[in-house]
Amino acid sequence: MSQTPPEPKSSEVTPPELYARRREFLKTSGLYVATSAAVGLGLSQLSSLGSADPPKQPPPMPKPAPGAPEWKIEKRGEFTVAEPLTEYGAVTTYNNFYELGLSKSEPAEQAFHLKPRPWTVRVTGQVAKPQTLDIDTLLRWFPLEERIYRMRCVEAWSMVIPWVGFPLAALIKRLEPTSRAKFVSFTTLLDPVQLPNQESRVLKWPYVEGLRIDEATHPLALLAVGLYGAPLPGQNGAPLRLVVPWKYGFKGSKSIVEIGFVEQEPPTTWNRAAPDEYGFYANVNPEVDHPRWSQASERRIGEIVRRPTLPFNGYADAVAHLYRGMDLARSF
Amino acid sequence: MAPKPKHAFLVPAFVTGWLLALAQLGYRLAKGELGANPIATTLNQLGLLALALLTATLTCTPLKLTLGWTWPLRVRRSLGLLSFSTVLLHFALYLGADQGFDLASVLVDILKRPFILVGFLAFLLMIPLAWTSSKQAVQRLTFPVWQQLHRLVYVVGVLGALHFYLRVKADHTQPLIYAAVILAGFAVRLVAWRAKLRARQPRAA
Repeated sequence: MSQTPPEPKSSEVTPPELYARRREFLKTSGLYVATSAAVGLGLSQLSSLGSADPPKQPPPMPKPAPGAPEWKIEKRGEFTVAEPLTEYGAVTTYNNFYELGLSKSEPAEQAFHLKPRPWTVRVTGQVAKPQTLDIDTLLRWFPLEERIYRMRCVEAWSMVIPWVGFPLAALIKRLEPTSRAKFVSFTTLLDPVQLPNQESRVLKWPYVEGLRIDEATHPLALLAVGLYGAPLPGQNGAPLRLVVPWKYGFKGSKSIVEIGFVEQEPPTTWNRAAPDEYGFYANVNPEVDHPRWSQASERRIGEIVRRPTLPFNGYADAVAHLYRGMDLARSF
Repeated sequence: MAPKPKHAFLVPAFVTGWLLALAQLGYRLAKGELGANPIATTLNQLGLLALALLTATLTCTPLKLTLGWTWPLRVRRSLGLLSFSTVLLHFALYLGADQGFDLASVLVDILKRPFILVGFLAFLLMIPLAWTSSKQAVQRLTFPVWQQLHRLVYVVGVLGALHFYLRVKADHTQPLIYAAVILAGFAVRLVAWRAKLRARQPRAA
């Protein structure tokens, strides 16, 4: 028993003038979708310019190179902070290493250009014997130790990093500086092939940082060759970098090729670029603000709300005596 | 003026595009794809989004003056409102996540730091513009008064680009590009305005 479906009511029939506009409707819908997509894409692109995509996976940990001295690490509890470590992935993908790129994630992507072996370090200036040292010689000379330090960047973020290295004081003692050595300078590799962004003129290359000799021989000052128990990745300053935990991070020269013992305060890179913003001392100090932002608090990487910044990054008991009688607001 | 059906899709499309850009940013934030300091990255990206929209707002009139396009004028108000909405999100994130709603510390930040002061002033100046963005507001204020008030957007544009410039540590390329686009727009307006003045003057016999 079949039935023909009822005819649609006359009110349901599309009026002829609307029927004629269906092409226009389709065209307008198409324009709407295309314009929305173009505007959305354009705005996304513009707003993410300069903040390169961080890698999805944490970079692999480098292994000690074959033929390198054995990688044995002493754990000494005295240089440790009881705070949760910043994840390896964050420590190795959120870096300021302008020679490898200006964004935080570029250094990790560009680090493959940097060849940390073979590597030599020149020792120059006021020492008993100026010489060129192989990185392996340094690794043989000093037992490696792990030290867990806070790292406070001048940009008001911070991390907790398990470094592997040896005390700078031990190296300085061995190099026998003369009595005229008042300052020590640390120069980064100058080689636009290995450090491609040295082609840009954002800073004067090579990167140079420096310490007063009494700061350099302080037991907290560390020459790091690794982190998280493995050799340093390029983006963290392989194969040798300076770590001065009571100072802002930019004091820690990366990928060091020269250690110079000098009589005068050495001209340092950020200080020359903006002397009112970055002092030679650069001690972490919540009371002396950067001219453009407050140093009173910091964001620990991995946390949302800021935490207060500690004088000398929490190392005041150990280092404040180095600056007795100095006006830290002037010598910032 | 009701938009011609030909252009009726433009405003909804720009709003949708803005929502898509925000959704993408929110999605990446939720997925942990914004790196080790996601708050700072989100704050920067919202700021850039707001400045891009503000620059687009200020480019509508120069496009009309130079190329004779009229469609940019149909989206100009929406672009301005979208920029203001983005600035609101940018400021809210700074207030909440960056400063933990510590109003005293925010006040100190604003007064002591030129880059934050400049950004905050731009935000304040946008409020009356957003408030009087409706057709009714134009009628209420009368057009000449409304027009005078809305010239503040030029100041907002300069402050916005300056806020970005002062914030950057070493590479000033991007803020300079925004400043150049905004200033080029001012130059176009100036040329057009002088041509209009000259046309109005009676010719010397």
